[in-house]
Amino acid sequence: MTDLTIELREVSHAYRTAAGKLPVLDNLSIKVPKNSFCAVVGPSGCGKSTLTRLVSGLMIPDEGQVWLSNHQVTSPRPTVGMAFQNPVLLEWRTILQNVLLPMEIVKTKMTKDEQMARARHLLDLVGLTGFEDKRPSELSGGMRQRASLCRSLIHRPEVLILDEPFGALDAFTREDLWCTMHDLRAEEPFTCLLITHDLRESVFLADQVIVLSGRPAHAQHILNVDIPAPRTLDDLYTPKAVEMLATLRHEIQVAQGRSVAEPAAKPAAHARGPIPGAMG
Amino acid sequence: MSGTLRKVGVPILFIAIVLALWEWAVWVNDLPDYRMASPSDLVPKFWQFRELFLIYSWQTLWRTAAGLGLAVVVGTAIGMVMGFSRVAREGLYPLLVGFNAIPKATVVPIVALIFVGRHDFNTILIAFMISFFPIAVSVSIGLSTLEPEYRDILRSLGASNLTIFWKIALPKTLPEFFGALKVAVTLAFIGTNLMEIVSPHGRGLGALFDSGRISADYPLMFAVLLMLAILGIALFYVVVFLERIFAGWAERAPG
Ligand SMILES: Nc1ncnc2c1ncn2[C@@H]1O[C@H](COP(=O)(O)OP(=O)(O)OP(=O)(O)O)[C@@H](O)[C@H]1O
Ligand SMILES: [Mg+2]
Repeated sequence: MTDLTIELREVSHAYRTAAGKLPVLDNLSIKVPKNSFCAVVGPSGCGKSTLTRLVSGLMIPDEGQVWLSNHQVTSPRPTVGMAFQNPVLLEWRTILQNVLLPMEIVKTKMTKDEQMARARHLLDLVGLTGFEDKRPSELSGGMRQRASLCRSLIHRPEVLILDEPFGALDAFTREDLWCTMHDLRAEEPFTCLLITHDLRESVFLADQVIVLSGRPAHAQHILNVDIPAPRTLDDLYTPKAVEMLATLRHEIQVAQGRSVAEPAAKPAAHARGPIPGAMG
Repeated sequence: MSGTLRKVGVPILFIAIVLALWEWAVWVNDLPDYRMASPSDLVPKFWQFRELFLIYSWQTLWRTAAGLGLAVVVGTAIGMVMGFSRVAREGLYPLLVGFNAIPKATVVPIVALIFVGRHDFNTILIAFMISFFPIAVSVSIGLSTLEPEYRDILRSLGASNLTIFWKIALPKTLPEFFGALKVAVTLAFIGTNLMEIVSPHGRGLGALFDSGRISADYPLMFAVLLMLAILGIALFYVVVFLERIFAGWAERAPG
């Protein structure tokens, strides 16, 4: 019990729309141990962003409970850091001021200088050095996404919730940032819930990958990723990883409601897997 | 350097062209003064009445500014109530629109009757009444259309509604607010002069206009109109200046 940081107990939730109730989550249970990394994949529109809003306390589930570090979530908590799928930055602030925004809300022991140094360090990690004093309108979509990632990390959150944080990035920057995430976790442990649509990303980053079913979503499959740390991109091309990717791909197809045969045999899995050595 | 030169030079050039066209049109059509005074007729008038112009301009200006200030305070307050509460929005909109649709020229005698003799107050009141509507509407729209994503950035950290208002809603609404304020500036001048002309009490440029009318001094009337335009431009650019400072971020580089 005590070593769980994020726990969802039989959570169900529906949106009330003009057309009636739209059930989105159905009896979803998730357990994320302290300082571990959980990735969630699932078909578009199945309720992944809804899940992040429930975990962060922005919404309260209709049924079931959400627990964060042994507190039942009834409202947002400052120990959470969140990067939204739509990375809005405040246009009237510079990038540096945007990253520092949470420090104006959250109580902290950091001095102003330490905050500033940390913000610059984070911006450096995601490759935004030199853009501290630019306005968000002067940045590309992917750069804004990276700045929003820094903002979610600035106050050293215990729980980090990332909703498709690397969606707008090119493959190379994305892989760089995967490694940055590993470095960060080694530096300062935190519990992470990552929403993604990139299966390789989920396997490379996570300790467990949860496949959500189609709407209303429940945990259709949980895959434990037992690749030891420190991981390198080459670990994605081991037979074990390729098999995991094949399993996930199969589960996603089931979640999408496509009729599929049992997991394809090994050679076929290879054929549909990433081309070995193409990247990384 | 060439940027500031262009910013100052181009408007001045355009004003000069318009004045020249005006002068030319009056001269070509050989219009008498009582039909249309020409700019060259106005200069001596400005000089002749220079003291009155100074005093009356100041009276018109400060009362307009006061009415506008009141409109900003009350308009923002109404806008905030309508922006945050749906019930208030639905309830207040028809009232506001109805009130705004009443021609203010008809309100002037009523106000003058209710508050007999309180000229400054009456004038400020009319300037306020005519100019608060765009401010209220823009603030309410700015607040009610604030994307939930913006709110969520701070809400997910446990920030209070007041903090969210100060750090997100208010700055985000400023560009709309200043847009409305630019409209309100010119409206407030109309309000002040309505009071000064329709219910004359010997103060402000409106009174000078009126005395020009009584003594059939047409160039003086035109000179007053020109003075009003100048004051309007001046106050407008004060708002533009404030906008630069507080909402300059909303201005995108051209291209
Ligand atoms: N505020 C809302 N009101 C009503 N319905 C909503 C609302 N937000 C989301 N939905 C619906 O709930 C479902 C799940 O939405 P959600 O954003 O959680 O999906 P998602 O899994 O994050 O999708 P994607 O992968 O495309 O981001 C969708 O069908 C969406 O239409
Ligand atoms: Mg989503």
